[in-house]
Amino acid sequence: MKQKTLIALAVSAALLAATAAYAQQAKPGAISGDVVKVGVLTDMSGLYSDLGGQGSVEAAKMAVADFGGKVLGKNIEVIGADHQNKADVGAQKAREWFDQQGVDMITDALNSAVGIAVTKVAGEKKRILMDVGAASTRLTNEDCNPYTVHYAYDTYALANGTGNAIVKQGGKSWFFLTADYAFGHSLEADTANVVKAGGGTVAGAVRHPLNAADFSSFLLQAQASKAQIVGLANAGGDTINSIKAANEFGITKNQKLAGLLVFITDIHSLGLPTTQGMFLTDGWYWDLNDETRKFGRRYFDKMKKMPTMVQAGVYSSTLTYLKAVAAVGTDNADAVMAQLKKAKINDMFAKNGYVRADGRMIHDMYLMEVKKQSESKYPWDYYHVRATIPGEQAYQPLSLSRCPMITKK
Amino acid sequence: MNKQVIGYALLIVLGLLAPFFVYPVFLMKALCFALFACAFNLLIGYTGLLSFGHAAFLGGGGYMAGQAIKMWGFPTELGLLMGMFSGAVLGFVIGSLAIRRQGIYFAMITLALSQMLYFFCLQAKFTGGEDGLQAVPRGTLLGSISLADDLTLYYVVFAIFIAGFWMIHRTIHSPFGQVLKAIRENEPRAISLGYDVDRYKLLAFVISTALAGLAGATKTVMLGFETLTDVHWHMSGEVVLMTLLGGMGTVLGPVVGAFTVKALEDKLGDFGDLLAVTTGIEWFKTIGESVTIVTGLIFVVCVLAFRRGIVGELAALLKNKPH
Amino acid sequence: MEIFGVPLQAMLGQLLLGLVNGSFYAMLSLGLAVIFGLLNIINFSHGALYMMGAYGAYIGLTTFEMNYWVALVVAPLVVGAFGMVIERAMLQWLYKLDHLYGLLLTFGLTLMLEGLFRSFFGVSGQPYPVPDALRGATDVGFMVLPNYRAWVVLASLIVCFATWFVIERTKLGAYLRAATENPKLVQAFGINVPLMVMLTFGFGVALAAFAGVLAAPIIQVNPLMGSNLIIVVFAVVVIGGMGSIMGAILTGLGLGLIEGLTKVFYPEASSTVVFVIMIIVLLVRPAGLFGKEK
Repeated sequence: MKQKTLIALAVSAALLAATAAYAQQAKPGAISGDVVKVGVLTDMSGLYSDLGGQGSVEAAKMAVADFGGKVLGKNIEVIGADHQNKADVGAQKAREWFDQQGVDMITDALNSAVGIAVTKVAGEKKRILMDVGAASTRLTNEDCNPYTVHYAYDTYALANGTGNAIVKQGGKSWFFLTADYAFGHSLEADTANVVKAGGGTVAGAVRHPLNAADFSSFLLQAQASKAQIVGLANAGGDTINSIKAANEFGITKNQKLAGLLVFITDIHSLGLPTTQGMFLTDGWYWDLNDETRKFGRRYFDKMKKMPTMVQAGVYSSTLTYLKAVAAVGTDNADAVMAQLKKAKINDMFAKNGYVRADGRMIHDMYLMEVKKQSESKYPWDYYHVRATIPGEQAYQPLSLSRCPMITKK
Repeated sequence: MNKQVIGYALLIVLGLLAPFFVYPVFLMKALCFALFACAFNLLIGYTGLLSFGHAAFLGGGGYMAGQAIKMWGFPTELGLLMGMFSGAVLGFVIGSLAIRRQGIYFAMITLALSQMLYFFCLQAKFTGGEDGLQAVPRGTLLGSISLADDLTLYYVVFAIFIAGFWMIHRTIHSPFGQVLKAIRENEPRAISLGYDVDRYKLLAFVISTALAGLAGATKTVMLGFETLTDVHWHMSGEVVLMTLLGGMGTVLGPVVGAFTVKALEDKLGDFGDLLAVTTGIEWFKTIGESVTIVTGLIFVVCVLAFRRGIVGELAALLKNKPH
Repeated sequence: MEIFGVPLQAMLGQLLLGLVNGSFYAMLSLGLAVIFGLLNIINFSHGALYMMGAYGAYIGLTTFEMNYWVALVVAPLVVGAFGMVIERAMLQWLYKLDHLYGLLLTFGLTLMLEGLFRSFFGVSGQPYPVPDALRGATDVGFMVLPNYRAWVVLASLIVCFATWFVIERTKLGAYLRAATENPKLVQAFGINVPLMVMLTFGFGVALAAFAGVLAAPIIQVNPLMGSNLIIVVFAVVVIGGMGSIMGAILTGLGLGLIEGLTKVFYPEASSTVVFVIMIIVLLVRPAGLFGKEK
């Protein structure tokens, strides 16, 4: 028994050494390991699994299939793993993928703590991370690095986009329902800034704890403020339960809700009767145009759900990466990154999108208003597109960047 | 006695050679959790106190060490001590409150207090909320040896683990440890023998939390970040599982348990894929997505059928073997 | 009239909402206390069973077209029966051991149940509509109270006090209390104690499921809905002490009120106020407000 284990250990060690040596041999101008590997690091079973999860893996596979399954004559492989929303599991998986399995690019990496931890690994190993699912702006600010692209959205764009667009539509006075931790505070501050800049006023804010059991008390305070718009600076279950309570207490009759971080899965799970009339910003919607509809339907056939912005972003990021590899003729990370920052991104996800020096992918965002039940003609027909927010206006301007790569210059 | 020394020596040699065969980052992580579980075992296994809030000390130590090294510019070794110290302080505060009640209440109080610390860490500025405290530099050892290399760091982590393990071993086998066992077996009798039971319990609690803090600090240095996962009550449950699975009240049990649980967390997905490939049953692929379910199942099986844990059962087998 | 700058009307409104939350605390801590009284087990899975109650209502509605009122009866029965199976299959083997094993077993069960529901229903949760008869809101003078919330308070008070009455004032309750004190003696009198234990556990679980059905229209039905609640309820139990049925009910309601006030004056602390009170109680009266230290 012991001997067998020893042999097994020795063999795996030898294999390990061999792969390591092989990885080092790969020269620029070639494909390392004779295969291009895309790793989808996501949350398969936890809080965010509906946003990304198995759907993200499927989306990446669809991108590979659409690309033709091969790049520069080499096979493309997609592997997925569950980071369980633990930064240590995520970072270690990323290390192993880069060190031992020859993964060339990691995508999705949702959950901000995991995303930031993985971006550090990517920077250290000089491999590419295309983070789609994480919301934190830190990925392109304090924790930016030359090997990371932040692809689909961030809290700044959502807050800014929603605030700006709603003020323009006449929603001048705001009250915030804010999750009491850094994430909620920054959502609130970013939104409040644009509201004030646009000539609006902020009537007040109430801070609620994460995973609060009951929101009615906070909503009564929002109601008493008589503000036109109640901004929900929270996420996930907190947003869902605040929307439910807002309906129950009749707040939606006189005031409008603005979700600052709401995904289509949240709308789907709450149903239209509860959410109708609500404003929110999204980076992508399956029913925007023919191209998105085509992708949405194909995805639906596989997963029985419409894709979220994150899943669509994983598709697009994978495709963009493969195009870049094909363009430069190698999967060398430096060469591919240079190409990624040069080429325009045009696919069903983004039109004329581009990657900025800080790693931020700039693309248009959309202000949505949730349809009434009577206006919804088919399953997943949820949004009116009320405004298209040009990428330059949605995302944090480069001049405000706290990214060392930018500020040093 | 001689046998024991040889056994430990063999294990140390195994530990020294391990990074050449197994991925060192995984080993380091597992060692940190092993130290954490050993510290926890000092309470459950030798004092009979079930702390259901031990995540508070792992995470508390981790955050303090990270803060000290990253923001206050402490050298790495001082940062580690800082983590250990904050574990002890937290342990003193929480322990003083919790030992006012016994048994099941003790468990519930530690759980509630650690949940309070979770909310504190979530809201406090320096922890970075759900983004975590990131980019903690590994630094150097004694100002000269760079810890950036995984292998170098591994030996440092291994040394810390051995030191912690030795300390627990000493505690258990000292007269103090005997008193602790007496408390576990029969608290009223220990009181009637004139022991100030509460002081003994508190001291054991503080030793345990200090080591948990050290484990957290080491983990932060090793990974370069600390996140809310480590102060969440799931982590408190996880350390119970490690100890239970490995064997409560056995010296090596928690180590075995920690390695098993961490390997499971890491490799369950691959294992499921392997099963799916070999058996041709697609369903096995979903195992990787159900780490919590499998964890829960192990808990239930352990409690029902396997209460002595892996090491405990092995020891019982060896004892029963005719000589 | 104002109290510390908050209008009296708003204050009364917040207190009433606090009472709604307090009702849930009361029902859950009551179930825990009943189970602990007879089985000496702290049921960590109480939160998960509460979640199952809510899902029972949801599945009933979507699959069997069962309306709310039927679900209010059927879901607790089904979940209660599930609880009895658990008791027979697992818990009964632990009575002779340390209490801790009961906690650990139910902790494992919690992980399994939550994980199973999560993989089956996803994490975003499912909506459950407010029953037609209870839609709308009533102006109670100082606030507009949704009818459903009023119903929650009413229903939980009825259930809680009925439980108290049965245990403290009836013959059946007397057997139960006797079995808590001395199971062997009660068995000797010809009462089937294991059956009684099983039914008691089933009843405690059914209480949790009942609370779950009540909660379903208010909050999103979600696999994790019980997991954060359970820790607060533990703190409630520590504060009240598990010695008395009435104690568990009153502590639950009282803490709901205090939490409601905190949400007005210092909302940042509303998640921790229960724990702070727990610390104070531990310092002043370690056995809990209504507890008897053994």
